[in-house]
Amino acid sequence: MDNFSVLIGGKAGDGIDKAGLIIARILNQLGYRLYIYRDYPSIIRGGHTFSIIRASKNKITTHLNKVDFLLALNQDSVDFHKDRLKDNTSIVYNSDIVKFERLPAGNQSLGLPLGKIIKEENALPVMYNSCIIGGFCKAIGLEWNILERVFKKNIPKEIDLNLRVALRGYNEAREFVKVETLLNKRLPVLTGNEAIALGLIKGGLKAYIAYPMTPSSSILHFLAESADDFSLKVIHPESEIAVILMALGFSYAGERVAVGTSGGGFCLMTEGLSLAGMAELPIVIVVGQRPGPSTGVPTHTAQSDLHFVLNAGQGEFPRFLVSPGDAEEAYFWSCVALNTSWKYQIPSIILADKSLCEGVYSFDIDSIGEMEEENPILWDKKESYKRYLNTETGVSPLSFVPDKEAIIKVDSYAHDEFGITTEEAQEIKSMQDKRLRKSQYLMKELEKYDTVKIYGNKNSSVALICWGSNKGVCVEAAENLGLKVIHPVVLSPFPIKEFQDSLSGVQNLICVENNSTAQLASLINRYGFRVNEKILKYDGRPFSLDELEERLKDLVK
Amino acid sequence: MTMKDLSTYAKNTWCPGCGNFAILNSIKTVLAMLNEEGFPLERIVLVSGIGCHAKIVDYINVNSFYAIHGRVVPVATGVKLANPDLKVIGFAGDGDAYGEGLEHLIFAAKRNIDITMIIHNNRVYGLTTGQYTPTSPLGFRGRSTPKGTIELPLNPLELMLASGATFIARGYSHGIELLKRIFKEAITHKGFSFIDVLQVCVTFFNMYEYYNKKVYELEDDDFQNYDGALRKIREWDYNSDAPIALGTFYKKEIPTFEERFLEYETREADRNLKIKEILERAI
Repeated sequence: MDNFSVLIGGKAGDGIDKAGLIIARILNQLGYRLYIYRDYPSIIRGGHTFSIIRASKNKITTHLNKVDFLLALNQDSVDFHKDRLKDNTSIVYNSDIVKFERLPAGNQSLGLPLGKIIKEENALPVMYNSCIIGGFCKAIGLEWNILERVFKKNIPKEIDLNLRVALRGYNEAREFVKVETLLNKRLPVLTGNEAIALGLIKGGLKAYIAYPMTPSSSILHFLAESADDFSLKVIHPESEIAVILMALGFSYAGERVAVGTSGGGFCLMTEGLSLAGMAELPIVIVVGQRPGPSTGVPTHTAQSDLHFVLNAGQGEFPRFLVSPGDAEEAYFWSCVALNTSWKYQIPSIILADKSLCEGVYSFDIDSIGEMEEENPILWDKKESYKRYLNTETGVSPLSFVPDKEAIIKVDSYAHDEFGITTEEAQEIKSMQDKRLRKSQYLMKELEKYDTVKIYGNKNSSVALICWGSNKGVCVEAAENLGLKVIHPVVLSPFPIKEFQDSLSGVQNLICVENNSTAQLASLINRYGFRVNEKILKYDGRPFSLDELEERLKDLVK
Repeated sequence: MTMKDLSTYAKNTWCPGCGNFAILNSIKTVLAMLNEEGFPLERIVLVSGIGCHAKIVDYINVNSFYAIHGRVVPVATGVKLANPDLKVIGFAGDGDAYGEGLEHLIFAAKRNIDITMIIHNNRVYGLTTGQYTPTSPLGFRGRSTPKGTIELPLNPLELMLASGATFIARGYSHGIELLKRIFKEAITHKGFSFIDVLQVCVTFFNMYEYYNKKVYELEDDDFQNYDGALRKIREWDYNSDAPIALGTFYKKEIPTFEERFLEYETREADRNLKIKEILERAI
């Protein structure tokens, strides 16, 4: 058995999220590549929450609906997931609550009296998890010392008690199936948000400013925790309006800064975005999408803000928009986004979604190309300083306060080269041309990157086109079905030529998107490209591999 | 540094007699004074919002950030946090500071961030040609309230005191010596400084005659006395026909927001090493 899925379910507050991560890190010790899909309601206590931990020999970044192990802390965890069970799914369940007669007939199962064990060990209810993980580890034939090692590394509090409870679960269980140990290198297992945060740090981040909003809050939490390690100033101000305006203050003073939010918070940031465009201030904005309109479904996923972020802000100004597909891309492109903002003095948007932000991935840093913090173009002090010097590339050399020899004026109003307000027609036009010109040079620079990625069977005449987190599910489905995948990572400035090249030999182009209006399809349509078919999903859930394959079978005969 | 050196080539477009000239001249004098006393002007950053007041940054030849309506405070806060060695002076109109951006003003006071906010309070929207503002008196007939406003003005000083501002003063565009004194005191005060300047708009709400009759200067007082300051601040509520006190109402030194941010120096090697450590912990 070298490709399997484990579902662990309970109610909100049971610590399912952490338990899922520990299971992933245990399987990581056996050399598996991991992916976790987390599904939880916007409720602090109660409600059903579950994680599907998928383990495979090869890199995976999507989940399957069908699972091989079900770890049920409560009755809902059985009742809600009957469709996900196979004939041979093994079930470990809390026999205090879950009724044996309501388990599906024919599946092998093991009841652990979690409440009783917790009571006997004088442990806490939140340790139900540890007990069921103990039972699961025995069920897959895992050596005890692996569990012990992972627990010690991942559980900061009450480790002895947790281990005791886990050992009870382990001892009371029996082996169902032996999970093999693989020769793969062990990799870090982390969330997409952590990868984004680390990429920003790699790019020289000095400050991170955010107002909490799912699914981007964990970037704020992670960076606040890491602030000391990286000399970061991490601030949580009064609103997203304050967030972006404060960030532009940092930017003006020469500090590399990023902000993070979701669609609703980004609504408030749009005046600041436009200010960044006019004042030519570097800023990186992470937008983790979730379903809208309005509050929508806060803890679920969607890809419905592409056109919003592409067009947000009054006026016309260049922006760099990148939508990474997995943790490695999130790390790489977050660093590139910071560099790009500072080299071109434009806003960069990292467009993610809940699937990427909160999904858990095996992270292979060695597979990522080299990148470092790159310097912006700085003033050479030869001529008197003009903040908006109108150069050939449109990029004006930077100097930062305090500089004895320079007066640095930035302006939201139309302005001249020195940064003084103007309403003079010729000046307005020439400065607008200057700002827009940066986009052309940026486009040229972007040629050094793979802005449009191709996967799967490159000779197939049927290609899936997807963006962001749908990369994983599309690539795996395409590999199974012999199709090609086209995954544009940079969406603004749109890499027209690279995209055109990627279409070579394609006769049937199928877009796969987590929205109801096929936003990428309409974006490429602007450049004269058309999709033939659309596979859309907008119920707040990401595509699972089995689901996408099923939907593709109708289209690809 | 002379007043002339502090000027730019920008053409001044304020109406003749505008109260903004008093603020401009006072701040230029104070900047020149600070410079003479040894404070380098390159460490000054001026921030303005949108409205007549905002043009002030175009007229002063020092670093500046001409921001957007209502957002002077968060920009100034960001600049200060990025580099606490800078002196950041924000200018905002009453529409800016008390209307569109009120939340930021309250939070800056609450944090006690060491910036100075000078509010050009003419109690009318000038640039949008005469609508009521949060400090217009009850019954003010503006273009959006032709029958007169039906809401009371707010007293910004009282709000600032309650929010935790550590320097609170009021000036008047017809009293340039007092303005200079207050500006200097505010800029050198360590903590959040707030100055409401009764800055008269000669075109849309000319209050010179009225103010001249009502204003008086505060005597030196116990600046740290919250209750005393509150009583003085409540003497005139921006609506009633009461004496209008000018000068410093309240002053107190407590730790500032930015000094609680520790400064570190990380080298590139360290950064990569720390990333590696974090990744190893995640295996």
